[in-house]
Amino acid sequence: MKTLFSHGAGLAILAAVLLAVPLMTSNAFYLDLAIRIAINAIVAIGLNLLIGYAGQISLGHAGFLGIGAYSSAVLTTHFGFPPLLAMLAGAAAVAALAFLVARPILKLKGHYLAMATLGLGIIISIVIANEAGYTGGPDGMPVPALTVMGREVTGDATWYALVALLLIIVAWAAQNLIDAPAGRALQAIHGSEVAARVAGIDVAGSKVKIFVLSAVLASLMGSLTAHYVGFLTPGQAGFFHSIELMTMVVVGGMASVFGSIVGAALLTLLPQALSAFEGWETVVFGAILMITMIFLPAGLVPALRLRFAKGGR
Amino acid sequence: MLAVNHLSISFGGVKAVRDVSFSVAEGQVHAVIGPNGAGKTTMFNLLSGVYKPSSGEILFRGENVASMPPEQLARRGMSRTFQNLQVCMNMSAIENVMVGAHLKLNQGMFQAMCRLPGLRRRDAACREEAARLMDFVGAGAYVGAHASQMPYGALKRLEIARALAASPAMLLLDEPAAGLNNTETGEIEKLIRKIADSGVTVLLVEHDMKLVTSISDRILVMDHGSRLADGTPLEVCANPEVIAAYLGASVTAGVMQ
Repeated sequence: MKTLFSHGAGLAILAAVLLAVPLMTSNAFYLDLAIRIAINAIVAIGLNLLIGYAGQISLGHAGFLGIGAYSSAVLTTHFGFPPLLAMLAGAAAVAALAFLVARPILKLKGHYLAMATLGLGIIISIVIANEAGYTGGPDGMPVPALTVMGREVTGDATWYALVALLLIIVAWAAQNLIDAPAGRALQAIHGSEVAARVAGIDVAGSKVKIFVLSAVLASLMGSLTAHYVGFLTPGQAGFFHSIELMTMVVVGGMASVFGSIVGAALLTLLPQALSAFEGWETVVFGAILMITMIFLPAGLVPALRLRFAKGGR
Repeated sequence: MLAVNHLSISFGGVKAVRDVSFSVAEGQVHAVIGPNGAGKTTMFNLLSGVYKPSSGEILFRGENVASMPPEQLARRGMSRTFQNLQVCMNMSAIENVMVGAHLKLNQGMFQAMCRLPGLRRRDAACREEAARLMDFVGAGAYVGAHASQMPYGALKRLEIARALAASPAMLLLDEPAAGLNNTETGEIEKLIRKIADSGVTVLLVEHDMKLVTSISDRILVMDHGSRLADGTPLEVCANPEVIAAYLGASVTAGVMQ
């Protein structure tokens, strides 16, 4: 049964699900949820490459996402950049920042690395909240529509097609990376840094690359979110969003690309499903997370995969 | 192959290795022995680049590699195993071995993400080679296993397979027989001989004297960080200082610890 989740099969299931959603519903509410899930899933996959595979934690990824989002908002609104250029400028800024901080930060391990990335994320969100002249401060700011080659991307169906396609590409690329020497190198760094070095792996360089890559993915998705929602608040770059993103990775399953997608779907859907609990959503939400961690510490998808594998024997 | 000249390292005030010189000829099996705390593993960490020496030089195939980091030493053909296992428990057994071949396959992350066909083919060849190596070290039964499912003895073999996957010129084995029973030790002895016969120079740290004397061309004896003796097994076993270190001085040293 292990093959059920193997490379090609997993992608086929993902493509089938992504195709089925618009066929089953044209309800704007559900399509909107699906778009948010896909965007979150892409960020979670990038984060999982860093946390689950390379074993380097980041509690500041919403900061990178925020830089991307606010670059798109501010550069288009105040400086007349075309949206795509603003998006790329944001990604380039995030790449440069991530590259600069990666070497000193990624020398740290465990709690120290968590604290350092947490600090970085908080600094970014404070800067965004304080630069009210450009960002609107805590009140947020409107974001113009995304235009690609002079044509505006509007309507849930178009947005859905765009992000679904991106999700398939990112899941495919991430799975390819993991199955290749460069991806095995990341996992070896997680398993034993000294063994990785002895095998000739450039540990520091690999950590920097995967950190930059996952930060840039977050930045690009931040830009898309800003354009899609059309309004941006500093919460996008905040600490709680970072925790939310990490929870997607952990609940879905560390070191599992498809786990990240499941985690993103759950964490995006749960608040909706729990709205019946009026005011107690957060408590129920927390309880679900705790129960998942106690009974499925490896995360949902790896635990299910193991169960299937055992049942298949 | 390897020449160590006046190598020293100190941690704070402790001189863990002091002024040690010896050389290893190509194709030989050279053992490092000594009581606990003699500096054997520290010596290994110096030779494999994990530690930087305070002074002295390490000539590996004619080049001074002292202070060179492990990843650069790996490029020059040095590989090793670890006394306390360093198997990646988050990976499958065969992937652990494939990590050893990293330098042969390495390409950038972006090429990897695009799944280029040439890369796939080389990767498949690497997987076959890794399976062959697992067979060679006697861990063939675990080709489909996850590292976390393997018993201790098999993990030790897996580490050797990973080190061999780099096709090293020189292999450092840090206590390959530690924790193994007599039968397993006998198998490891045969394995080390096979490795040496395939043209790989072997340097090993080991406590099992029977294994060491039967397998080694030369033995370096260390005590308190210094070189006590270096010679053939017969020479070393007849050396009065070595006998004193093992039967007399080591007892008092043990009590002092």
